[in-house]
Amino acid sequence: MKHKTAYLGMFLSLALICSYVESLVPFYFGVPGVKLGLANLVVVVMLYLSGWKDAALISLLRILLAGFLFGNPFSILYSMGGGILSFAVMLLLQRTEKFQMVSVSVAGGIFHNVGQLFVASLAVENYHLFYYAPVLLAAGFATGFLIGMLAQELAGRLKGRL
Amino acid sequence: MNAKRFGKNDRIFLGTLAVILLMGCAWFFLFSGKDGTVVKITVDGRLYGIYALEAEQTVEIKDEENVTNTLKISQRKADMIKADCPDKLCVHQKAISRERETIVCLPNKVVVEIIGGTEADLDSVT
Repeated sequence: MKHKTAYLGMFLSLALICSYVESLVPFYFGVPGVKLGLANLVVVVMLYLSGWKDAALISLLRILLAGFLFGNPFSILYSMGGGILSFAVMLLLQRTEKFQMVSVSVAGGIFHNVGQLFVASLAVENYHLFYYAPVLLAAGFATGFLIGMLAQELAGRLKGRL
Repeated sequence: MNAKRFGKNDRIFLGTLAVILLMGCAWFFLFSGKDGTVVKITVDGRLYGIYALEAEQTVEIKDEENVTNTLKISQRKADMIKADCPDKLCVHQKAISRERETIVCLPNKVVVEIIGGTEADLDSVT
């Protein structure tokens, strides 16, 4: 890709804007840690259109920058735990080439919350947090599904134009 | 554009997941514990204190020098009303009252848990 740097910059800003929008609209469902995960939209689309290395890079940078801009060291810790695990699972699923983006995104959503749960449990040294796992995982399914549908629509329209 | 939004694999994958998660949630909401009686606070993995849900009280959770979190116990519910951390997730969380419900303040490593327990347990600690 000739204009790779420009594209990566654009995707990174898009992901950051998604994080920003999400930080403006707080979702509190009684259980902490439930988020829409808008930025994952960018990551999922990139995973399919520009390859996993670019997607990983943008995801990592997005988490760090968004953490410094709109969050705090602890939100970076949470997001890293969720982001890395979620990305690994999405990459694996995508590599099998047996699934569409929705499934990949749903798995990503679920494992993002699994990762966060692990980070939180380790940080506070208390494993009773897993009591909330059913709700968190179901929330990950729902948000992942939504993001996956959007990503599919986006990718279909962007394909061949990058 | 992909011809189909959901392939056969996706339908099986998503369907199975949905069923499992729904069962998980059903279990969570159906058996989400009786009303608890005791509030247990741990800081950094160590027991900080145990308080009765019955008693109306405000618990200030301190580290070496400062009050980091304030927990209010009122009408048999425990609610984090103050925290000095930046994200305030624990403050936004609803009050808890049922067994095994938890409020966590990650930055301060404070965990507030509702446990069953009997009055006898409480007496033995305090």
